[in-house]
Amino acid sequence: MRDVSVVGFAQRQMREFDGSPNCVELLVPVLGELWEQTGWSKTDIGFWCSGSSDYLAGRSFSFVTAIDALGAVPPISESHVEMDAAWALYEAWLKIQTGEADSALVYGFGKSSASPLRRTLALQLDPYTVTPLWPDTVSIAALQARLGLDQGAWDEKALAEVAARSRSAAVDNEYAIRKGATSVDDVLAQPLFADPLRRWDCAPVTDGAAGMIIAATDAPLFDRVRERSAAITGFAHHTDASSLGLRDLLRAPSAAAAAQAAGVSDGAAIDVAELHAPFSHQELILRRELGLGDDTEINPSGGALAANPMFSAGLVRIGEAAARVWSGRARTALAHATSGPALQQNLVCVLEGAS
Amino acid sequence: MNASASLHAQMHVEFPYTRSLGPVLSRFMTGLAAGRIVGGVLADGRVAVPPPEFDPTTLAPVTEFRDVAGSGEVVTWSWVDEPLPGQPLDRPFAWALIRLDGADTPLLHAVAADSAAAMSTGMRVRARWGEERAGAITDLVFEPSDGEPLATVSTGSTTEGDVTGITTPVVLDYEYVASPEESAFGRGLKEGRILAQSCPTCHKVYVPPRGACPVDGVPTDEPHELADTGIVTTFCIVNVPYLGQKIPPPYVSAYVLLDGADIAFLHLVLGTEASDVRMGMRVRAVWKPEAERTYSLENISHFEPTGEPDADFETYKKHL
Repeated sequence: MRDVSVVGFAQRQMREFDGSPNCVELLVPVLGELWEQTGWSKTDIGFWCSGSSDYLAGRSFSFVTAIDALGAVPPISESHVEMDAAWALYEAWLKIQTGEADSALVYGFGKSSASPLRRTLALQLDPYTVTPLWPDTVSIAALQARLGLDQGAWDEKALAEVAARSRSAAVDNEYAIRKGATSVDDVLAQPLFADPLRRWDCAPVTDGAAGMIIAATDAPLFDRVRERSAAITGFAHHTDASSLGLRDLLRAPSAAAAAQAAGVSDGAAIDVAELHAPFSHQELILRRELGLGDDTEINPSGGALAANPMFSAGLVRIGEAAARVWSGRARTALAHATSGPALQQNLVCVLEGAS
Repeated sequence: MNASASLHAQMHVEFPYTRSLGPVLSRFMTGLAAGRIVGGVLADGRVAVPPPEFDPTTLAPVTEFRDVAGSGEVVTWSWVDEPLPGQPLDRPFAWALIRLDGADTPLLHAVAADSAAAMSTGMRVRARWGEERAGAITDLVFEPSDGEPLATVSTGSTTEGDVTGITTPVVLDYEYVASPEESAFGRGLKEGRILAQSCPTCHKVYVPPRGACPVDGVPTDEPHELADTGIVTTFCIVNVPYLGQKIPPPYVSAYVLLDGADIAFLHLVLGTEASDVRMGMRVRAVWKPEAERTYSLENISHFEPTGEPDADFETYKKHL
């Protein structure tokens, strides 16, 4: 395996972006920040990959129009996934592993506010037996939350603890859109939004974009960014069955499998974990599946409950984890991304600082 | 409206997705048309509804089927206060995972309960079938059964033969927001002006304008006005009639390069015989009357020849 490091990360998150669905106006400054962080220019990038969805943009080939932000002349080597940009990062990491590129710039963008997001996301479900009913994301998560309440996997207080901690942690995150010092009682005092979930249990609809640069450490251009480096020491993703009825919704075996494949063993020393849990009970499922103990700090950024820009929130988790490694706050950080209904697909990326 | 604010427009997208069914889902949908619910037998002997095409563990094709009951038990549920368009009920209802009698895995569907207070985990529900059944998951909803026997289906199949396909209407509504550059362009068009932007690095002039120069990836400059005259760089004669066509064929679709612009855009060349249109031909915009104008490029009805001499190929060959 080639050693690959995260050397740049930039993000933008907001409630409603008053601009075009291809988010070019957000991507230009995100890329500008990446050039500033690395001192690189577009000619230093060997491979480009993005994550976005035309269903969010409401127009075809939105990812092609977004390429204006890159300046793709002369032609670039470019790819796209209809998934969170964390999966675009995985593709870029593989590309570097094959030796076809030494560096990659990955970005994701999405304008979640352009349509009723929880309804639009019904299009990711089984198109034969589920989508025709238009079940919304929040209702599906609420089915999962009640199952856990009924079976004693968690209780209302445990959910409220996740929401309170996320909101409180997000105070220090300039990009978080839902934040504020919050106690468990504050959460429990809120009315139910999608019984049994409260609004603060559900990720807010968020627009945004994010970008990241990774590089092979054996490439000459890495020497120019060596000071700012978080080594990717494990990277894997797995998926569970698409049918909700065929899954045990209290578990996420694909998250456990991804963690194992990424080299995370039970009781491994993980200083910080950034988990992409769009609903508070899903964080509880993930902590169990990833084997995270009490000595791991969970979501210092506030996580997805503080801001959940579709198609970049997973990459943001990896970026937030990398930022903790860069700053020395964490020696080892685990980042997680999810996609699909009720934690169907899961990705784990492990980052380490220099010893 | 603020002269620099973004232009917003409601956008409605509607498309019926027509999908063929394989042997497994065809059996399930054919059952629904007849008021029966068919499950598939998994490798470990469990009966799953709807039947998956492949076993989730062994990945072997599912080839054995069993009818299950139209009534069962709620495994978990959530409450919808405000139904969304397209959902099975247009009044408050519950989503539930329902384990039908004879099945081992639950089915996601809607329960027509009067209130959240009427819902509970473990409660009994039964299918309420539509009178007209297409062989689709929308042929039924569930309702609390209160221990009463299962309602019988009024007739046999309302569909002839096996159901081999489904059509799912997909209706989506967006609020489209134009970028600052597109908004300025749209406002200009309403005034009968064509606004372009240029790249501060390579100085190429873009129309319709773009937020960033695709060559350099930097934001474009402030808008400036271009003349509404230019040349045809390349064109085609449309001879094929199609649904929704507004102009009787043959007519000319052409790339028009406005004087002072570096990118040509697609528009119509009318006002002359299609066979007279040439590469390099000089054309001018024909605007719609002011009262009919919106914020769209359709404010230019078409381009027509000016009668000036054609441009020399050397002057526009790099724009092809």
